[in-house]
Amino acid sequence: MLVYIVRRLFIAVVLLFIVTAVAFSIFFLVPRIAGASADDLASRYVGKSAGAEQIHQTAVHLGLTDPIWVQYGRFAKGIFVGSNYDTGPSVERCPAPCLGYSFVTQNPVLPDLLKRLPVTMSLAGGAAVLWLLGGVFAGVVSALRRGTVIDRTAMGIALAGVSLPIFFTGLLSLSIFSYALGWTAPGGSYTSITTNPGSWAYDLMLPWITLAFLYAAAYARLTRAGMLETMNEDYIRTARAKGLRESDVVIKHGLRASLTPILTIFGLDLGLLLGGAILTETAYSLPGIGQYALIGLNTNDLPKVLGVTILGATFIIVANLVVDLLYAVVDPRVRTR
Amino acid sequence: MPCTMKRTPRTAALAGVAVVALTLTACGSSSKKASTPSGSATGGATSSGASASGGGGGGSTTTAAFNAGVGKVFNPSTAKGGTLRMAHSGDFDSLDPADTYYGYSWNFIRNYGRTLVVFKSAPGAAGAQLVPDLAETLGVPSDGNKTWTYKIRKGVKFEDGTVITSKDVKYAVERSLDKTVFPDGPTYFNDNLDLQGYTSPYKDTDPNKLGLKAIDTPDDNTIVFHLKAGFSGFDYFAQLPQTIPVPQAKDTGTKYKEHVISSGPYMFASNDLGKKFVLKRNPYYDAATDPDSGRLALPDQISVELNVNAADIDNRLLSGDLDVQIEGTGLGAEAQGKVLSDPKLKANSDSAAIARTWFTVVNSDVAPLNNIDCRKAVQYAADKVGYQRSYGGATGGDIATSLLPPLIPGARKIDLYEAAAMPGGDVAKAKAALTACGQPNGFSTNISYRVERPKEKAVAEELQQSLAKVGIKLTIKPYPQGDYFKLYAGKPDFAKSNGLGLMVYGWGADWPDGYGFLEQIVDSRTIRAAGNTNLGIKLPEVDALLDKAFATTDITAREKIWGDIDQKVMESGEVLPGIWAKGLDYRPPNLTNVFVNDGFGEYDYTTLGTTKT
Repeated sequence: MLVYIVRRLFIAVVLLFIVTAVAFSIFFLVPRIAGASADDLASRYVGKSAGAEQIHQTAVHLGLTDPIWVQYGRFAKGIFVGSNYDTGPSVERCPAPCLGYSFVTQNPVLPDLLKRLPVTMSLAGGAAVLWLLGGVFAGVVSALRRGTVIDRTAMGIALAGVSLPIFFTGLLSLSIFSYALGWTAPGGSYTSITTNPGSWAYDLMLPWITLAFLYAAAYARLTRAGMLETMNEDYIRTARAKGLRESDVVIKHGLRASLTPILTIFGLDLGLLLGGAILTETAYSLPGIGQYALIGLNTNDLPKVLGVTILGATFIIVANLVVDLLYAVVDPRVRTR
Repeated sequence: MPCTMKRTPRTAALAGVAVVALTLTACGSSSKKASTPSGSATGGATSSGASASGGGGGGSTTTAAFNAGVGKVFNPSTAKGGTLRMAHSGDFDSLDPADTYYGYSWNFIRNYGRTLVVFKSAPGAAGAQLVPDLAETLGVPSDGNKTWTYKIRKGVKFEDGTVITSKDVKYAVERSLDKTVFPDGPTYFNDNLDLQGYTSPYKDTDPNKLGLKAIDTPDDNTIVFHLKAGFSGFDYFAQLPQTIPVPQAKDTGTKYKEHVISSGPYMFASNDLGKKFVLKRNPYYDAATDPDSGRLALPDQISVELNVNAADIDNRLLSGDLDVQIEGTGLGAEAQGKVLSDPKLKANSDSAAIARTWFTVVNSDVAPLNNIDCRKAVQYAADKVGYQRSYGGATGGDIATSLLPPLIPGARKIDLYEAAAMPGGDVAKAKAALTACGQPNGFSTNISYRVERPKEKAVAEELQQSLAKVGIKLTIKPYPQGDYFKLYAGKPDFAKSNGLGLMVYGWGADWPDGYGFLEQIVDSRTIRAAGNTNLGIKLPEVDALLDKAFATTDITAREKIWGDIDQKVMESGEVLPGIWAKGLDYRPPNLTNVFVNDGFGEYDYTTLGTTKT
């Protein structure tokens, strides 16, 4: 197992290197290939009255006049050994891993990301619990009550959940539950869990439910399909023939075997969300990683987007690793290999 | 609004006192609005004379009515307390006074910073009047307007109790000159001070970082500016946020925005960049040192949430969960419909005319539009009602009959192509014009617009339909907004070689002033290789009129010239006017002292109070 973990970690590092190289190329190399000069790129980061000389100074200041490999080398070096940045009156240290600093706000990217990470983790974590519990429960019930009103109702709701975009359900739910009824917190509300766990849960309740509604639908359908297939397996019939209670047959034998694909998709979904739930954070004005990515995109602030890309890739790689390790826990057949 | 307000040395030297100055913060706001001179509140208790707004004319009213906050003070009060709640749909421009160039930011910054002079907080035209703030009086010129002297008021203090001196103002201006550290601020001091090679206090060998020779501080209360050339409008430079004092010892460069040292009535209680900041009262602010600005400083706190969903901001305004949309861009389309259809909500809204025209440039570089009769055919054939519909109908603005918005002094009624009489277009006259230009069956050309702007797309489609009626076939060419001026429509070579005969466009000024509105879009001498805001209007007679206006000190005579320029541009047919824009703002009932300040074209952010505690 240890060798397996080490091997996976090594692959993860290589993957991250590839992700940074590809992302960096997309943001910095492709525009140059398309004919944009360093000054063209820099013109996005100067004031409205900037002249050609100021634009060029900015290009030099941002390092955009250097060859692309020098720029990437500087970026990679920052990740491993840190880098310095000029604040004007002084030079400040950006310690490793330094993901560069914003071309617009001139702040280091990583501290900004880390400040926003608890928001995204709170959003994704809380919603994940809801959608996993709700989706799996609905899927199991639907499978066991196949063809009944319960099955059709649950799958109907699931279909609605998948179909409704979150920027619609988000704003609609805010209008109804926050502004018309006053039951939930208004948009933009977030309290740290360490400050007040009650307020934390209250503020995030609506985003959790909305996000969970979207994801639970897919999980319900996936669980239902898996359960329908599993419950027809020979070993289920054997379990029943041995006289096991139906609840044990469903949970210990049926559900457990159906969980493997659920776990796979859950790992990917959670990893993806931790890298930024852009639509949910935008609809609810939550200051998380997704909102940060959107701000970066809207302002052509490439270091911000690059930082989020790297962070998101890290989460997905780590989540995949954890899921692979959990297979052994969920499915005894994996353990015996 | 396309805003590249780089001024040439020539125009800097020639500009007259007010006209030039009024452009200084052109581009200040993402939506440049200005109120009509007089309000149109219907009914309700009104009074005239001084109000709680801190002075100025316009009167006041306590009865909610449509436009009750335009030209007068709505809900006057001197009651202090509560928290004024504001929100921004994006990130704040910059809290650093050296690095900000948006109107809403300049409007708001007066809460935590005091400039040498300032626009008066008053409704109507009084709001566009400069009054002393940190200085005792307006600037005193000498040496043919090349030297400007200000006396700093005694007893004004920073938030830590330190007395503000002239050296703090000098240092503030010095640091703002460094455009690698503060790239976003305006460059008027860079362009006009006699810098003698000086670039930045951060590269200054003077031990006190005050080596700039263009500014003298003979004593702690006197600051003297030396210009390269005489400039009678320097007071308008002195109102720039760059003159807000900065203590050199507390300057942290790019990080100063995290904690700006206050010199105004409020100071930062917290500042979570990109998320939210809260202002609280500055204990060292003494209203006795601030007799002229009209600031009221009523709320105990001001909170500003950042990066809030724009639709959510509208919802929260209407539900009473929020007080002000700080950008001042008005309600979104959905909320507009809701407000205008509900009399109660409508009574809490203000529709102020904006010093902005949405128009289309008819490119005389592209054949056959190099023929004036072909351009006239476009003018006659265009469906102006369709143009207005593209911007949301009457809510979005009135059908424009010429380029200059009516609220600009000097604007007069000009309607050469029957926009008022035949707003749907005059096919007969258009065909006659086509015959005159040798294209009786029409011709083909392209029309460009900014792809991120659905209203401009709608304009392109409306014009495509209406011009097709006379045989003018338009091919629609969308281009990305970010590069529209640098690479496409604003690059003459590209526009010509790609046959962009029509270019959908719009322009606004910060203040209702002819120079600020016209110079950057009709002066042919501002046209460069790329990045133009003048998309191709090259009329020698217009250039001559602009020069004449720069040299004219008589205000009435100068204002007449703006109308003359408008006439010449319309005669050339090079501008197809669309609509004169309007915006719709909502004022929650708990707000007090609400009025649109003509200096900023937005609600005045230094006088607002709230009844919510």
